[in-house]
Amino acid sequence: MNSIPDLPPWAAITVAVLVLIGSGFTLIGAIGLLRLDSFYQRVHAPTIGSSFGVAFISLATVVCFSALRGTLALGAVLVFLFLTLTMPAGLVLLARAALFRDRAEGSQDVPPVDVTAGVELD
Amino acid sequence: MSTALLAWGLTLAQLFLAIAIVCAGVRVLVGPRAQDRVLGVDTVYTNTLLLILTFGIRHGTALYFEAALIMAMCGFVATAALSKFLMRGEVIE
Repeated sequence: MNSIPDLPPWAAITVAVLVLIGSGFTLIGAIGLLRLDSFYQRVHAPTIGSSFGVAFISLATVVCFSALRGTLALGAVLVFLFLTLTMPAGLVLLARAALFRDRAEGSQDVPPVDVTAGVELD
Repeated sequence: MSTALLAWGLTLAQLFLAIAIVCAGVRVLVGPRAQDRVLGVDTVYTNTLLLILTFGIRHGTALYFEAALIMAMCGFVATAALSKFLMRGEVIE
């Protein structure tokens, strides 16, 4: 507890609020992952929750270290950028794989492959 | 006073993130199918990364960023490789 950085009051309150908002979003996403019914509903919850959580906690880290050093410290923005780019891509890959598996098993709960059959696409 | 507020905020946030990790871990254990477990592992990865970032704020050092970045990369590669495995049955064809 005694290693908490000695921030000015405005920075300490901002960092505390941002970290709490971010972890709250993450917790909501994880509860959604636990409670929702089907896989295609469950895949939404941690994506949105973790994206907002990463955004707010990275912002809190930037505010904290900028106030500590007296200069703009943008290291945590890298984490935010990387996760914002990769998390949707990875989970879309996972959802495609799940859809492929469900179709291969002949499940009736997923749309068929030829859903656009006969539709003219430009 | 504001330092105590920051300490309590960080403790509460770390508690939230720990509960989130436990929720995702229960989903990994329960399943019911392989894609649910992969989704749970991905969520555990991301939440652990956020926990490491809050530890970085608490200890006032920037050494935790690199660990968080490496975890982000490993998590993405793991999810992509496991999705490929679920779709094809092998990772490298």
